[in-house]
Amino acid sequence: MVIAMVAALGKNINPEKIKIESFEARSKHYFERIGLFKFLGKDSGMSITAHDPSGRFIPLTKIKNSTQQTKFLTEMIPLLHLVDNPKQTEPIQYIVGELVRNVIEHSQAKDGAILCAQYYKKSNTIRIGIVDGGIGIRKTITKSHLAADDFEALRLALMPGITGTTRKEGGTADNAGAGLFFIKSIAHVNRDFFLIYSGTAMFKLLKRSPSEEISLQSKPINDRHSKQKALPYWNGTVVGIDIALDETQEFSVLLDLIRDIYFTSIRERRKEKYRKPKFT
Amino acid sequence: MIKIELLSIVGSFAENKDKAKELRTKIINPALKKGDFVELDFTGVNSATQSFIHALISQLIRQYGIDVLDKINFKNCNNTVQKIIEIVTDYMQFRE
Repeated sequence: MVIAMVAALGKNINPEKIKIESFEARSKHYFERIGLFKFLGKDSGMSITAHDPSGRFIPLTKIKNSTQQTKFLTEMIPLLHLVDNPKQTEPIQYIVGELVRNVIEHSQAKDGAILCAQYYKKSNTIRIGIVDGGIGIRKTITKSHLAADDFEALRLALMPGITGTTRKEGGTADNAGAGLFFIKSIAHVNRDFFLIYSGTAMFKLLKRSPSEEISLQSKPINDRHSKQKALPYWNGTVVGIDIALDETQEFSVLLDLIRDIYFTSIRERRKEKYRKPKFT
Repeated sequence: MIKIELLSIVGSFAENKDKAKELRTKIINPALKKGDFVELDFTGVNSATQSFIHALISQLIRQYGIDVLDKINFKNCNNTVQKIIEIVTDYMQFRE
């Protein structure tokens, strides 16, 4: 995620103004292989033997439209060596597909979505970072809802059925306001780490221990989470998610849980809006 | 009846909302307007996003009412695709 953020920041800077100090850490080769220097238009001066990345990482990639997205989603799964395991591929494709789609549709980011992913063998986990330099969640959500600050906008965006395109339940022909809620829920059920950062605010869903019972929440503030409200301003949106492949639940089971909480949430919102006549 | 094989149009992972919208506006809706039945054949489609299914059918429910589901047959959906379709049709019936 941090590498994608650096790439997004650097993308708007003239490469001549970017100075890369020489460093000795072994990680310098990693930055080269994941494509950071190339992305920034810089020559690292390193000469390394590039091994096939499949099964280990997805280099920094820029996706600006639907065609590029579809191509990427098709190529991504073989790169991560997950072809024969639908239980693991379904949530990954789903999450990346919906997040990139959000960027293309709502962010107005000139460079589209910038992402990369890394597989960690020891923990059998895939870490994905998806970043954009667009208008951010608050500007999107406040087209239809009130959000006093960036954190309030994040809170609204993570609730089911809330979209910046309309105030109406059920959304519009093209948007339902369910995408981020689905992603947060997938992360919760699979005991994954999920972080979203936009403007000055950040919401971080904390990992659950295996002994904790699954209890999906429609309101993100009821999730076990940490938050920040005064971070350096990020122009756009950053999402980081760690997918622990050993913990991945059957996708259809997960959808049952999401369905239940989705309707509980709609019923609760209706109840909140319900007013009784006053008789004096 | 109009039959649409989705695999050749949207691939095995149905996520492209632009294609969903195009199918809805150019094929499905005109067929329904004429009173035709529509068969959406999901053979070979392994998964779909909620956004895709929403873009494919929510406006039809909004436009014609929930009875439109009597005119659409979702064929050969696997468990995942079926559940996503059910989520979308459910929340469309809960809307204001």
